[in-house]
Amino acid sequence: MSNLIKFKIDGVECMTERGKFIVEAALENGIFIPTLCNMPGVKPKGSCRICTVKINGRLMTSCTTPVADGMEVESNSTEINELRKSIVELLFVSGNHFCPACEKSGNCELQALGYLYQMMVPRYPYEFPLREVDADSPYIIKDQNRCILCKRCIKTIKDEQGRSLFAFRDRGHRLEVVLDKELAAEMTPELAELAMKNCPVGSILVKEKGFVEPIGKRKFDKTAIGSDVKL
Amino acid sequence: MTKKITIEPVTRVEGHGKVTIHMDHQGNIQQTRLHIVEFRGFERFVQGRPYWEAPVLVQRLCGICPVSHHLAAAKALDVIVGAGTGEGLTPTGEKMRRLMHYGQFFQSHALHFFHLSAPDFLFGFDGDPAIRNIIGIALTKPELAVQGVMMRKFGQEIIRATAGKKIHGTGAIPGGINKNLSIEERDEFLKGADPLNADKMVSWAQEALDFFKYFYSSNKEMIDGFAHFPSNHLSLVRKDGALDLYHGVLRAVDTDGKKILHDIDYQEYTNYIEEEVRSWSYMKFPYLKSIGKENGWYRVGPLARLNTAEFIPTPLAQKEFEIYKALTNGKPNNYCLHMHYARLIETLHAAEVIRDLLNDPDLLGNDLVVKGTKQKEGVGLIEAPRGTLFHHYRINDNDQIEMANLIVSTTNNNEPMNRSVNYVAKAIMTGKEIITEGMMNSVEVAIRAYDPCLSCATHALGKMPLEISLYDEDNNLIDRKRS
Repeated sequence: MSNLIKFKIDGVECMTERGKFIVEAALENGIFIPTLCNMPGVKPKGSCRICTVKINGRLMTSCTTPVADGMEVESNSTEINELRKSIVELLFVSGNHFCPACEKSGNCELQALGYLYQMMVPRYPYEFPLREVDADSPYIIKDQNRCILCKRCIKTIKDEQGRSLFAFRDRGHRLEVVLDKELAAEMTPELAELAMKNCPVGSILVKEKGFVEPIGKRKFDKTAIGSDVKL
Repeated sequence: MTKKITIEPVTRVEGHGKVTIHMDHQGNIQQTRLHIVEFRGFERFVQGRPYWEAPVLVQRLCGICPVSHHLAAAKALDVIVGAGTGEGLTPTGEKMRRLMHYGQFFQSHALHFFHLSAPDFLFGFDGDPAIRNIIGIALTKPELAVQGVMMRKFGQEIIRATAGKKIHGTGAIPGGINKNLSIEERDEFLKGADPLNADKMVSWAQEALDFFKYFYSSNKEMIDGFAHFPSNHLSLVRKDGALDLYHGVLRAVDTDGKKILHDIDYQEYTNYIEEEVRSWSYMKFPYLKSIGKENGWYRVGPLARLNTAEFIPTPLAQKEFEIYKALTNGKPNNYCLHMHYARLIETLHAAEVIRDLLNDPDLLGNDLVVKGTKQKEGVGLIEAPRGTLFHHYRINDNDQIEMANLIVSTTNNNEPMNRSVNYVAKAIMTGKEIITEGMMNSVEVAIRAYDPCLSCATHALGKMPLEISLYDEDNNLIDRKRS
């Protein structure tokens, strides 16, 4: 049996290897499906829901759903895009995301998705939660105001023994990603840079490195998120 | 019957304020106050933020001269990152910031003269309010309106090229700048299609000044007689006494021109300047400690700068400075409406500086940032278009801001604006039974001369314009004008 299977996204014929998740198979075929928690090379979790697509009338997260032979996926439709816009709006109102003074502005994936889905003002009430800024680490600042709990840092920022420098603390509405203070003390500047780069928002900042990238040179200043993915 | 007049909102100023005027039975002015009714709290909510965010965060105080806040904060942080107290930056870092700042000066002064003040001069203080505005200028003197718009555009484009955006950019970072000027950007400003090039801006700035001088020559009595009162004057000056809008030492002179603050290092400003709080305004009242609350108040802004500076280091502006200084025999100028005159000389100076900087190859350099031994505290002062602007930050061991103090230009002018209101009210309303719109606009003209930014001054949020109300002796409201 061939390992290649055929499927469709928004009516476009696609082909991928059996076992691939929809989001990565879409990318291989030049189709952009937005992600926030998902990262290439990291086991998907499906927690942010921004990659939601519709398959056989059901809403599924494309980062955790493997492609099946003959599968028909609805992604770039009015209904799905409206849903994704709602998710972006909910993320904005549940934290304190003040883009104007954020170091990550222009490089922020959440902000870029806000632009992509033309979010003007969120339709939901702002929660304005009281959140802390943890600046104890010598190299990074963890700003809880901007954290969207994507877990990218937990999954990717580890020391030489494979221990994660970040972890979840508490539960439910009080859930937050915190930095292990002991491990953070041993953190290298390179790992700090990687943590900031992997964070999709401005929750992890490298200390004393603010706004060095001029406006116009930032990732999403001139091109929309996903525009580098070509059909 | 005693009356209380309230002017609310005051128009053609930045921010929201109101004026109250109390009159007694005989129509004598008993008390006047300029109330600033906004409150924002920037000094509080920057606490806990990483220090390098300050230049980008605090500039959101204002949409008119955010560059001033951006640069004053960056200058304070230069001290914190060990890059010196104003003279330690790389040539590219310092000159890019200067270009940004003079671009800002040029656009802000053009905005004030053409959009906010010129209507009073063209149509009269008591002219028809329906046309006494920029639209009226566009309809009756379209070439002047276009000139104003294009001068502002040029300044804004300079800001975009240096800060990344026309409003609320990110160019200045602690210890320097995050970009240089490209050859294409430089050539566009130097050789751009008419009128958007540096030479044209110099000639237009000269024309705007000539327009005011012509107006002044025909209305000398009115201009000189309007809210003329003695005061102290404070500003930064270059160490050799030259006008310098970006950096220098702090100097104050009294009404006779005698130095009362002797070219001090502004890192020590708290030894010399104190702020008083009064219950009826969110805006504080700064004064020179050595002279005291009663007489230690001072003016800042164009009038003050041309009173403290000994010369202007560009030829055309220097020539105009000499003519201007001759009006008061070299002594400090205390004529309220001469602030417009001084502002236009500064506009010409800014255009000359921009042109000269654009020809400086240092702007194209790649050495952008310097850092040294970190400090816990830093003060950044700059001459904003409206006057001396103070930013003072202290950080903790984790690089978070733990204290911020901002003394904004308009705050420095609080007492003189109040005195100007009092002077004009007494001069034109005393004994008058009917208070006309023109009389109330005259009060606004006095405030407008300072080009106040009321939102900046209180670090405040609210509706923009200003209001005047009239009360009887029992404090009953008789009349109110809100424009």
